[in-house]
Amino acid sequence: MSQQKHCQSGIPTFSENHSWTVVLIVMDNLVEVDNMTFRRVDRVIYEGISLKVPKGKITAVMGPSGIGKTTLLKLIGGQLLPEEGDIRFDGESIPDMSRSKLYHTRRRMSMLFQSGALFTDMSVYDNVAFPLKEHTKLSDDVISTIVSLKLQAVGLRGAAQLMPSELSGGMARRAALARAIALDPDLIMYDEPFAGQDPISMGVLVKLIRELNDALDLTSIVVTHDVTEVLTIADYIYILADKRVIGEGTADEIRNSDSELVQQFLKGEADGPVPFHYPAESLSSSLLGGAE
Amino acid sequence: MKFFQSIGAKTLAKLSTAGRAALMLFGALVAVPKFKNVSLTIRQVYVVGVQSLLIIIVSGLFIGMVMALQGYTILVDYGAEGSLGPMVALSLLRELGPVVTALLFAGRAGSALTAEIGLMKATEQLSSMEMMAVDPLRRVVAPRFWAGMISMPMLALIFSAVGILGGHMVGVDWLGVDAGSYWSIMQSTVEWDKDVLNGVIKSLVFALVVTWIAIFKGYDSIPTSEGISKATTETVVFSSLAVLGLDFVLTALMFGIE
Repeated sequence: MSQQKHCQSGIPTFSENHSWTVVLIVMDNLVEVDNMTFRRVDRVIYEGISLKVPKGKITAVMGPSGIGKTTLLKLIGGQLLPEEGDIRFDGESIPDMSRSKLYHTRRRMSMLFQSGALFTDMSVYDNVAFPLKEHTKLSDDVISTIVSLKLQAVGLRGAAQLMPSELSGGMARRAALARAIALDPDLIMYDEPFAGQDPISMGVLVKLIRELNDALDLTSIVVTHDVTEVLTIADYIYILADKRVIGEGTADEIRNSDSELVQQFLKGEADGPVPFHYPAESLSSSLLGGAE
Repeated sequence: MKFFQSIGAKTLAKLSTAGRAALMLFGALVAVPKFKNVSLTIRQVYVVGVQSLLIIIVSGLFIGMVMALQGYTILVDYGAEGSLGPMVALSLLRELGPVVTALLFAGRAGSALTAEIGLMKATEQLSSMEMMAVDPLRRVVAPRFWAGMISMPMLALIFSAVGILGGHMVGVDWLGVDAGSYWSIMQSTVEWDKDVLNGVIKSLVFALVVTWIAIFKGYDSIPTSEGISKATTETVVFSSLAVLGLDFVLTALMFGIE
């Protein structure tokens, strides 16, 4: 509604400059992380981090492992609470939500876990039907149709009756993806979707993430450290390191970034701003210290 | 100074664990019972109850047999072997039934509950359930808790019944105690409220403690293979100790003061 209004008011006085402003106003953010600080026990994970996830786009969050990328997704999902700052989903603050409001909001978001996190005591069919059975009052026939369609979308309709233990890693992740889109969410968060996949499953997942995002009008957040795959599908990229955002932009902007840290990450160099050695006293003093 | 600090830190850690355990139980129990959860609970009764039947029946049978054998060798010296029936029945209904069932339950079903919930946590199944806006306390923990509460008293009664039959096999069929006196003296001695009901109350208390410990240890476990193995061990150790300790307290309350 608001989009139309802006467009209509923007068109009559059309000029190159003006149309750009209109686009900016129209572009809404589904998730906004605002100056957020989070720590685990004594270790600071994020310090005053801010990022925005625009509606309908694929936003990638990259960074070295152990930086707390999964933690970021759990913070957006309200499973963890930030110490300072705010996280907003569609304009509403997640940390301030009551429990029932949070559970209600979570129906609009879904998360694809790294392991897939399929329920091991249920078949693929029951896994995909699970959120539908829990949250809707649809008849079994309707649920069966929806599940078939979702499984068809990820290419696993023939595997509906298999148990999760009978699936390969790539298939498990696709089954979990079918479950994640079962309720037609607004936001889907992928936690390391490419980790440990063979080239074919990787290609399948890249294709699925892009196609589902466009076909279902989703907003996607992809957390990963697989540089090549992400640069091909992401509309906007954030690179995290050292508790903050060290680089952001479109794929081209990131490729041409002049930050040493970003370049080290993209090229996969062993040593650089992120040192090869875990902090320690120098080797010579450690060896001499042992001799004394 | 460090010593006192560590005492303080440990006490705080223990208190916060107790708090988390209470919150978990509360979260699981305030759940509005849904029809869906009833069928989940029934399924869990099958898993923790029906599948424990074999170990309960076999143990009950042998304990009854051993008690009859031991009891007979003592009672026969006083010519009181007719009292074998009530001796076997009272020991089983008041003590051995609830206590041994609880110990076996902790080993058979409690450890399985801890490992199952711990692995669900480790494989992010609980987390993904939360993200699907389904509360794992209601969906996973509550049905298992109620299944334990329903199964344990029934298992204890079955244990006692089978034990009494085992005692009959050894005492009457083998050692030649008169069958009439075995049953009739048992009937006149055993009281419904004092013996049978108190035994059921005991096993309800044990069910609460053992199931609570088992599900909490799984839910609160560190999601690694080491963490789950530790949690499973702790479930069996803690619940066995709790059962034996509580049994003394309950016995003192029920039978101590006449």
